[in-house]
Amino acid sequence: MPKDSGIGASSKRREDVRFLTGAGNYTDDINVHGQAYVHFLRSDIAHGRIKSIDTSAAEAMPGVVKVFTGKDFEGVGGMPCGWEVTDKHGAPMQEPPHPILAQGKVRHVGDPIAAIVADSLEQARDAAEAIDLDIEVLPAVMNMKAAALDGATLIHDDLKNNICYDWQLGETDDAKVDEVFANAAHVTTLDLVNNRLVANPMEPRVAVGEYKPGTGDYTLFTTSQNPHVIRLLMCAFVLGLPEHKVRVVAPDVGGGFGTKIFHYAEEAFCTFAAKACNRPVKWTSSRSEAFMSDAHGRDHVSKIELALDADNNFIGLRTNTYANLGAYLSTFSSSVPTWLHGTLMAGNYKTPVIQVNVKAMFTNTVPVDAYRGAGRPEATYQLERVVDKAARELGVDPIALRRQNFITQFPYDTPVALTYDTGDYNGTMDKLEVAADLAGFAARRAKSEANGKLRGLGINCYIEACGIAPSNIVGMLGARAGLYDAATVRVNATGSISVMVGAHSHGQGHETAFPQVVADMIGIDESMVEIVHGDTSKIPFGMGTYGSRSLAVCGSAMVKATEKVIEKAKKIAAHLLEASEADIELKDGEFSVAGTDKSVAWGDVTLTAYVPHNYPLEVEPGLEETAFYDPANFTYPAGAYACEVEVDPETGQVTIEAFNAADDFGNIVNPMIVDGQVHGGIGQGIGQALLENCAYDENGQLLSASFMDYAMPRADDVPFYGVDHSSQTPCTHNPLGVKGCGEAGAIGSPPAVVNAVLDALNSGGKAVDHIDMPVSPSRVWAAMNS
Amino acid sequence: MYNFEFEKPSTVADAVSALGGEDAQALGGGQTLIPTLKQRLASPSTLVSLGGIPDMQGVCIEDDGSVAIGGATTHATVASEAAGSYPALAALAGQIGDPAVRNRGTVGGSLANNDPAACYPAGALGSGATIITNTRQIAADDFFEGLFSTALEEGEIITTVNFPVPQAASYQKFLQPASRFALVGVYLARFADGVRVAVTGASEDGVFRWSEAEEALNKEFRPDALTGLSINPANMIADLHGSKAYRAHLVSVMTKRAIEACM
Repeated sequence: MPKDSGIGASSKRREDVRFLTGAGNYTDDINVHGQAYVHFLRSDIAHGRIKSIDTSAAEAMPGVVKVFTGKDFEGVGGMPCGWEVTDKHGAPMQEPPHPILAQGKVRHVGDPIAAIVADSLEQARDAAEAIDLDIEVLPAVMNMKAAALDGATLIHDDLKNNICYDWQLGETDDAKVDEVFANAAHVTTLDLVNNRLVANPMEPRVAVGEYKPGTGDYTLFTTSQNPHVIRLLMCAFVLGLPEHKVRVVAPDVGGGFGTKIFHYAEEAFCTFAAKACNRPVKWTSSRSEAFMSDAHGRDHVSKIELALDADNNFIGLRTNTYANLGAYLSTFSSSVPTWLHGTLMAGNYKTPVIQVNVKAMFTNTVPVDAYRGAGRPEATYQLERVVDKAARELGVDPIALRRQNFITQFPYDTPVALTYDTGDYNGTMDKLEVAADLAGFAARRAKSEANGKLRGLGINCYIEACGIAPSNIVGMLGARAGLYDAATVRVNATGSISVMVGAHSHGQGHETAFPQVVADMIGIDESMVEIVHGDTSKIPFGMGTYGSRSLAVCGSAMVKATEKVIEKAKKIAAHLLEASEADIELKDGEFSVAGTDKSVAWGDVTLTAYVPHNYPLEVEPGLEETAFYDPANFTYPAGAYACEVEVDPETGQVTIEAFNAADDFGNIVNPMIVDGQVHGGIGQGIGQALLENCAYDENGQLLSASFMDYAMPRADDVPFYGVDHSSQTPCTHNPLGVKGCGEAGAIGSPPAVVNAVLDALNSGGKAVDHIDMPVSPSRVWAAMNS
Repeated sequence: MYNFEFEKPSTVADAVSALGGEDAQALGGGQTLIPTLKQRLASPSTLVSLGGIPDMQGVCIEDDGSVAIGGATTHATVASEAAGSYPALAALAGQIGDPAVRNRGTVGGSLANNDPAACYPAGALGSGATIITNTRQIAADDFFEGLFSTALEEGEIITTVNFPVPQAASYQKFLQPASRFALVGVYLARFADGVRVAVTGASEDGVFRWSEAEEALNKEFRPDALTGLSINPANMIADLHGSKAYRAHLVSVMTKRAIEACM
């Protein structure tokens, strides 16, 4: 029976009322009295040496408050990288400086050169046109493999080459890996590109910096997924400010998808400039700026090899990837192609020998960092494409080949550093086969063929590591931050509850789902519980939302804090009921004495906590508890997806006819919200697979610099999804048994789509092994006619 | 955008007069011009809106049966008001952009801009329309002169576009995935005295007539009349969304589909 409230209920998203009625409070809605506006003059050259910048004419323009260049930040720290990766020889990654405004060189189109603060944005833009720049154009370094060669043009003159690190995971003995492949009955090899993406949240980035000279306090309003992380990085590593004098507020945020995790130069600039100009300073990104300054995602070039024995068991896997980091290290960029990618190469399979090799490259492009899935989609795409290709080469059923190689015993230690606590990959595949009516596919294919279309079925399995992460483990792996989270449960005198959480909701639905948990634990109505997030002056020091971690990590902190509240409330109830604390039971918002009809209501206990006239002397007044939670392991959501496409053989146009997902997210708090997260994730994955392509030309000019050329998925590009999450193996190490669902769709869908297209083409007699994403009509047509 | 003066005359004569000023620029629906201004890629001294001139609005049927559309008529109005009199043209208008674009963008603006991937140039050329300006009448065959280039003189205004109504017509548009302009669009119109095939989105020279296809179809109006015909890819557009060869191929496919739709 579906529940109508609490854990397991599809409570309607309470935050949607304000979002859908235009009553949200986004950063761009925030205007501070007396604010000035900043316009960034950005490089239109991909790589160049700054010979001179003359700002004198600009400074004399009407309304101009101050013009900043890189020189103004020579005594200030640069943008930090939060994860130090150690290469396969034990050396630390090469970590070049990343100044707030360009110093010496420009390194990508969009690199900020100067910042003009003026009374109005138009005045600032006018003044930007009066800045006289002399930049010597240098060759743009665009191709990752060429960038890695000796003698390649250096992007950072002080580095020894353009390779950030040459990293390896899994089997270190090359000879052993060679031997596995030499002895294999069959080897399948695939070269592929994981296309560069632009996140394009609906709300572009915005920052408003404010400084109060009377108190020395700063406030930064910013579009962030993790305000405490921004405060820590900006204060400790960039501007050298005391944290207690800086408040960072991330109010309603209109989508993040990873690209709003990172600490950006514009945020630090507005904070710095607010004091330097003695005025609040506001920056609102235009969509064009977003394309050339928001961290991009993906952009891997990989070769993957799968070795199978004569019985089609996977016996070895080797990958060689070039990962594009762009011109500078963004906050978590170094972790994405390594610990968020290599560790997932086992996938759902018991492959005994795995070797992952990654060269991370600097190029003259926008920095690349985490984007929905972050490394895990890149891993899944390689693995699930090569498995499908192997099935086709061997003439075996792709589902049977997968099932044969599934991990079935848990916990399972992979050869690439993870321990899967639990899972049931046959369970989700069973659900998928029914939900997607795979038995009926042949009939559907025949019907499509009768209409002159090719029909294909693409299968994909995925596993991801979410709920990042045990701080001690990530610390060993190079993280420069802990990855716990925190919650404060503040019970008010009349019984309502404010929960201050370190997680940040930018579309996820925390404001609905988190109260369901607390209300369920106490047995009160959800409407009595409200979430407070996104303001460092209100919430405990939490690490924010990314990596599908909010419920698994922050939710666990919230459960622990609520348990502490309940424990204390029982002491108060025991006093009121003149009973032993051990005999007090809490159910449906009533404390009762076991085995009696004596009870006291939640509200009476909470009131007593704040009006402690009749009160246990040994108990402190008040009812407010904080808990921090550091997980013991990652969580491992997994699932199986099926995509059916039709291909128009005349035009190469692909249409998605059906998409079914069977996910195992462990326990679920709000099934409707989970459905929505999966829908959104699949939509983004379909976008990557069919439409989205961030492309540069050889000179480093961004070709897809607007929605005229960067194709976002629209409603009519995606089908109605079938989503099943009834196969559940609860996480074994967090109190709710939850795993995280935010990224699954984006991880699991691209290989399913591409596998389906290839299946369609092969069914039509075209022996096509591979088409790079996006699988656009022109690429499909070219593959069919090559 | 840079500052500019704004005028909204109510007669063609006043608009012509306002456009006589230095660096004055006519504004139709602004679907190209306003984004251009916002990016500071144009700096007209005066914008002269053509949206307040009643004589340039609306769809009507002339005595000879042709459909006359005021130059400032929006795509949405054409889509609804021409649906009975010239359904293929109304369908073309109804596929342009999204509702916001269709409720602002105008037929005159689209033709005067002559974007190589726009729909209306194909509709006008394929229909053998007459572009009527404040000074003269220009046959569609003489109007389009290449990318963003037309026969219009400085300050000349498209007041009306007169579309002869064919026996059958169809516009087949293959969408560019991002912009949803035409990656290739083919407008085919079958008149008593011959077939016209106009292609947009494909050529580096903008909209053009595929005369070989027209000749073949004048002999035999069947899809397989195109067999053996192909477009030379040399002059096709190549970009992120399609190669020259792909566009040339799509011209054939879309033309064939247009024929089938007219059968």
